[in-house]
This record gives sequence, C-alpha cells and structure tokens, in this order.
Amino acid sequence: MALDFAFWLLAIVSVAAALAVVLLRDVFRAALALVLCFIMVAGLYVTLSADFLAAVQILVYVGAISILLILGIMLTRDVQRGSLSNKLRFPALLVALLFIGTTIFAVFNTPWGVSAGAPVEPTTATLAGRLFGENGYILTVEIAAVLLLAAIIGAIVLVREK
Amino acid sequence: MVGPNITVDALRHLAPVAPDWPGNEWWHWLVFTVILIVFILVMVIIFIYLERRIIAWFAARIGPNRTGPFGFFQNIAAALKLLLKEGVNPTNADILIFWLAPIVNFAPVIAVFAVVPFQNGALLADLNVGILFVIAIGSISTIGVFMAGWSSGNKYSMLGAMRMIAAVVSYEIPVVLALAGVVVLAGSLSLNDIVIAQERVPFIVLQPLGFLLLFVGGCAEINRSPFDLMEADSELVAGFHTEYSGIKWAMFFLGEFGEMVVMSTLIATLFLGGWQGPGLPPWLWLLIKIFIVDFIMIWTRATLPRVRIDQLMALAWKFMFPLALVNLIITAIQVLAWPDALPLYVIPINWAITVVLVLLGSKLFKLGWGRVEV
Repeated sequence: MALDFAFWLLAIVSVAAALAVVLLRDVFRAALALVLCFIMVAGLYVTLSADFLAAVQILVYVGAISILLILGIMLTRDVQRGSLSNKLRFPALLVALLFIGTTIFAVFNTPWGVSAGAPVEPTTATLAGRLFGENGYILTVEIAAVLLLAAIIGAIVLVREK
Repeated sequence: MVGPNITVDALRHLAPVAPDWPGNEWWHWLVFTVILIVFILVMVIIFIYLERRIIAWFAARIGPNRTGPFGFFQNIAAALKLLLKEGVNPTNADILIFWLAPIVNFAPVIAVFAVVPFQNGALLADLNVGILFVIAIGSISTIGVFMAGWSSGNKYSMLGAMRMIAAVVSYEIPVVLALAGVVVLAGSLSLNDIVIAQERVPFIVLQPLGFLLLFVGGCAEINRSPFDLMEADSELVAGFHTEYSGIKWAMFFLGEFGEMVVMSTLIATLFLGGWQGPGLPPWLWLLIKIFIVDFIMIWTRATLPRVRIDQLMALAWKFMFPLALVNLIITAIQVLAWPDALPLYVIPINWAITVVLVLLGSKLFKLGWGRVEV
C-alpha cells in the first residue's frame, strides 16, 4: 500500500520532471528538472530494493553529470536567450517519435520475467561478484575504463597549450 | 508494477535495528527523525559558538561573552536577528530558484545523519551502502550552491559558485579514494559495521594517510578556511551568497556549519572509532570525538592563510590524488596479504609510508610546471 503510493508519487514526479526538461525554455531550469528526474529514478530503484544502484545513480548522475552539465550551461554564450531551435527541429521530432514508438513496442512485446524469490541482501557483494568475479563482466568494465581514459586524454589534448 | 512481498522485505531491512528500541512502529521513524533534526540544529549552534570563541582565543581576543553564560546565547540572539531581517530579492534574480537554493543546500545535511550510528545499531537506517549514501547525498548540496550562484543574477555569485564546483569536483576524488581505503579495511560499506571493525584499533592508527587526505579534502569540500576561496571576501564580496539576506542567508550559514558537523562526524566515525571507547556511554564518546575533529578544523582555520585558486586545484590533482591512489593500493595489498586481521606491525610500516609519501609529494609539488601563473 505504502509502496504503491511511493511508486506512483515517484513515477508521476519523474515523468513530469522529464517533460519539464523538454518543454522549459530556460535551460538552467531544464537542467534542474533533469536533476529532479534523476533523483526520482533513484527513488524507484530503492522501491525495487536495488539500494546500491540507487546510491550510485545519485552519486554519478546528480553529483557528477548534472554538475558538469550545469557548469557547461554557465560557460555557454547566449544562454540567456533560452533554448533556441534550428532547422533540425522536424527531423529531431521524427527520430524522437520513432524512438518512443520502438520503445513502447518493445516494452509491450517483451515477456518480462518476474522473480518470486526474495531480493538478495546485501546487494553490494553480489554485484561485485558479478562484475569482477569469475564468468563476470570484467571485460566490459575494463573496456569502459579504457574508453573513459581515452576521453580524458582527448580532452587534455584539446585544451593543451600550444 | 513491483511485487509487494519482495519490497516489503527490503523496507524491513531498512528499519532501525537497535536491540533496545521498543517494537518497530512507524512513529519511531517520526520521533527519531525529529530528534535527529533537533540534534543537528543544536550541534550547529554549539559549533558556531565554539568557532567564534576558539578563533577569538587564537587571535588573542575574547570573543562573544556578554549574552548568557560565557556568551552562549549570542548565537541564539543572532539567529533571532536574522529571522527578523528583511529578505531582499534582487531585480535580476530568478525568484523560484533563488528561494529553493538554500533548502537544496541544507536538506542533504540532515539526511546524512540517518546512517550515522550513535551506538551499536542505534541509527535511523542501517543501510548496507552507508558510505555511498553519505557521499551521494552530500553531493546534492553542491547543486544548491549552483542554484544560488546562477539565480542571483550577479557575476560575483556566479564566480563563487564556479569556484565551488571546481573545488568540490576535484576534491571529491581524493576523499572518495580515502574512504575506499576504509571500506577495504572494514570489508563493509555500512557505517555501523565500519565502527565495529575498529574495535581493536581506530583506523587513524592503521591509515594515517587516509585520515590526512579525508581531513584536508573534507575541509576543502565544505568550504573551510584555508580553502574558502568561494567566498574570499577580498575577491568575490561573499561568493555565491552575495545577494542573500535574512533567513535565506541564515539557511546557507546553517548549511555551512551543518556540513562541518557532518564532516566532523564522518571523520570521527570512520577514523576515530565512532562510538567505541572505554567507560563513558557510546553517544558521549561520539560527541567527544566530533568536538575533537571540530577543534582541529578551527585550529587549521586560525593558523593557515587562504590559498590561491591555482594552488587549490594543484593540491587536489598533483598532490592528493596520487597519494590517495597509492594509499588505496597499499591498503588493498595489505588486506590481501592478511585477509583475517592485519597484524599490529603494519602500523609502523604505514606511518613510515605516510611520512615518506608526504615528504616526497611536497618535494615534487610544483605549480604549473614550475612556472607560477596567476
């Protein structure tokens, strides 16, 4: 009961925040709405007893990515004029509609497996085992790390003094 | 939709686990949440009082000593004055964000205390992701600063906020790496388990380097002198809260000292053994340790001059970041070598490593490849 209430509250606020991100003219407010959306998604993870994922969601998306995003907005010229549109407006609408159509189709046509078992407690050790243990996803983690390193080096090369 | 049975179990896990708390009723949450909020507010008042008195003693002054016993009611008078002051809204301000910013800045400070144990199991929520929760929630405060800087419509506010972000993003890395060392030692992310793991020796003895990194990085993150560049009065008027007045300014002030309480509590819990200690009741030990850390913070503020912005960034990236990495690797190797319990003779080894690394780091520390650019 309380959980249903929490779910609907989080879901409605996150959808409203996501709409605000797209519809608001003020870019800074849109970024703050995005932060709210991220926090609400973290709340949804908590109701699904994925506590580690929820904490990481807030740490990475709210604490790091949003901050970089807002820093980017602060350093942008013409940001006072709001969210400007250009001639890619209609292609973008087309792509967005295509994407949302595909997503809805996939969601309604996937047989979602629901586990009847109790959730794993604590999740942290299990997650670590899956990521770094045998038959885990260690290769994926390593590739992601290399990708990030390449991005950092690329950024340094771009801004380096000649 | 979520299956109700699964998630109710998850919520039960979050419930308070103190053995001596009667029952497990929903109103306990309410009562203990209110107690925690009052605790934070009282701690903030005491911290402000201590700060003013101790700084005064360091500066060979007397400090506030007229209102009440030893001047203790001075801050309550100051708070009342701030509540009654006129709140001024700048013409260029984005009013909605301008009003929300102090709340976003202060609210996470309260949330952090939900996972701090006051004795074995006496905490609002024994999350098994405790430390991660603290770091994650703490990072939300920064957004409040950002909102304040942006919405004020003032270039000094904006510059102060930009400096704040630069400092917080940079110092987050050595702080989190230092915390990772503690997590590796304790083998758990839960703050309660970490305190229990310090039964033999507090982690400050085992990990002096981690303690130093957390202390310096923490001071920089919560905007304490000598790292208080975001509100360097001589350069930026008052930084991100230049345009704030009255109760909204008071909220920022509250947030600043609240973060100080949080940082002192974290250091006391993670490195000084938390509620562990002989003789006295556990909560009193925790309080004593919090005040010791607070005193050291005030001491550094009274002693050290403010650093420049390039020195601030260089210290994070060129000095603390490599040291934090080395610290984490050494800790991991030691834990791998002695998986059951670390032998006591690693203590002198770790202290020697700390001294060598700090000396080496300061020897090699250079600003801008040796060219100082201001």
